[in-house]
Amino acid sequence: MKPNKITENIWEIPPDYKPGMKVPARIIASDKLMEDMDEGVINQITNVACLPGISRYAWCMPDGHWGYGFPIGGVAAFDQNEGVISPGGIGFDINCGVRMIKTDLTEQEVRPKLKELLDTLFSTVPAGVGKSGSVRLGRAGFEEVLTQGASWCLKNGYAYEADIDHIEQRGKLPGADPSAVSDKAFKRGVDQVGTLGSGNHYLEIQSVAFDNDCDQETAKLLGVESPGQVVVMVHCGSRGFGHQVATDYLQSFGVAMKKYGIETNDRELACSPINSPEGKAYFGAMACAANSAFVNRQVITHGIRQSFAKVFGKPAERMGMDLIYDVAHNIAKFETYDTDGKPAKFLVHRKGATRAFGPGNPNLVGVFRTTGQPVLVGGSMQTGSYLLVGTKKAEELTFGSTLHGAGRVMSRAAARKKVRGTELQQKMEQEGILVRTASFSGLAEEAGFAYKNVSEVVDVVHSVGISRKVARLIPMANIKG
Amino acid sequence: MTKRPKFRVIEDTTSADFVFEAYGVSANELFANCALACFYAMTDPATVDPAKDYELEVKGETIEDLLYNYMAELIFIKDTEKVFLSQFDVDILPDNTALKAVARGERIDYNKHVIKTDVKAVTYHDLHVRVDKEGYSTRMILDL
Repeated sequence: MKPNKITENIWEIPPDYKPGMKVPARIIASDKLMEDMDEGVINQITNVACLPGISRYAWCMPDGHWGYGFPIGGVAAFDQNEGVISPGGIGFDINCGVRMIKTDLTEQEVRPKLKELLDTLFSTVPAGVGKSGSVRLGRAGFEEVLTQGASWCLKNGYAYEADIDHIEQRGKLPGADPSAVSDKAFKRGVDQVGTLGSGNHYLEIQSVAFDNDCDQETAKLLGVESPGQVVVMVHCGSRGFGHQVATDYLQSFGVAMKKYGIETNDRELACSPINSPEGKAYFGAMACAANSAFVNRQVITHGIRQSFAKVFGKPAERMGMDLIYDVAHNIAKFETYDTDGKPAKFLVHRKGATRAFGPGNPNLVGVFRTTGQPVLVGGSMQTGSYLLVGTKKAEELTFGSTLHGAGRVMSRAAARKKVRGTELQQKMEQEGILVRTASFSGLAEEAGFAYKNVSEVVDVVHSVGISRKVARLIPMANIKG
Repeated sequence: MTKRPKFRVIEDTTSADFVFEAYGVSANELFANCALACFYAMTDPATVDPAKDYELEVKGETIEDLLYNYMAELIFIKDTEKVFLSQFDVDILPDNTALKAVARGERIDYNKHVIKTDVKAVTYHDLHVRVDKEGYSTRMILDL
């Protein structure tokens, strides 16, 4: 079924498409992206539209592709009284996200030391399967990580004071409840703090560029001042801990659904009423995982600052290594939106989608109240990434949400058939991008051609007005987990 | 009748995951082959010495739940013991609600083992264990 185009770049599938749909499904995409959209997206986003208590629309962003339960790129807001919470609407890697750290260095200054810098980072930030982090914690210490989030890093010397205000929700999701977390999750997570992980997770050194439609004034306010400025981007999440929380609750929600008489079209859409004991327990465990991911990215940031200091022979503070922002793109949060002119509270699920609050939003602090919230869009390691800002329009249209990345178009196996990891590494080095990886076959799976064109998907959200372009980021060197 | 392989990797998906079909003459063999496929996604199991035993006991309401919980347990062992596993013996109760199993393997060694990727979770996506005249089979999707 081809969705109806209701306006430029917005498509709708009406509720009569499938029995049980409570609201229409909407996909944000250009004509071309819609043409190429994964069949699974339509099936999955209309399944989401069937869930109890869903409000207005089940949304899918232009980087959307097939996921489990929800498509990647899925956004759904559930009424806090009538709605459900679903692990499939958040993803296995709870609070997978992106952060960006600035430097005052230029590409010209960094290039001669790029190889040394990359090797230093590769030995400082553990990457790949089976790796432990350098932070030694017992159960009590890990519980502090889970309940305190980024502020734990401040107390323990892994953060600057200013970092905290530059993290979505100041790096701490309220309601974290360690008693809702299984022993298994504790055991999987306790030694992984500060590790990059594997799959599509990476650490990238980038150089700033401004296209004609980038807002350079806003960029300056955010600390991104000139073309050729070097920044660092990190993409990772809550590691084994978050995956175990999701694994546990997908299992136990099967029982909860029977208890509450909820039926879904897909077991991966398992859910429970937000206010049920099971729903509350999952929220408490999910918040723990979200906080562990904020800590994970912050500890990695500490390692990045140490590595730069070592290679350039001066403290990170003297290289302007401030945090620009940190966003979560696999998460559910309580947020307030107007419906029928009255404010109401929703549990907004974002799975492969980023919060995009606009200027003036009372949840934003400092300069972000003026600029809108930074949105970090990680592209493929060959093609580049974007810094955007959120808008009022996003708050009105998509429950304050926008895209999260480029979006995969090719299976890992197909990508591996097209190129060998070592070949790709050589090719990228010829293009001026150095690569270190824990797995060469994993590297091949992340080749640029396995993803949608990031500029094309970013153009769509810019033109719909749910985010605005601020800067483009060109890869210089990449560590792939 | 030609002998079916232990498992087959399914490549025609656009997803970011590892999809496979596994086969077995019995449920025990099917489970062991699913486990082998899972570690094949991460490394070459032929290079992993079955040096150390890990014993598991798992329960599940249905055979699918049992398989999900069994695979989740292996992923848990991989992460907490930092091991790759390569040999699997499974003994499922006749009513398919519980199993005892032994998995054997060794510590992950970046100098010895091929490192492909990490399997982080098992999924329920379209998970059905089928039984026909050829035996048991299932399709599974693992989160990478």
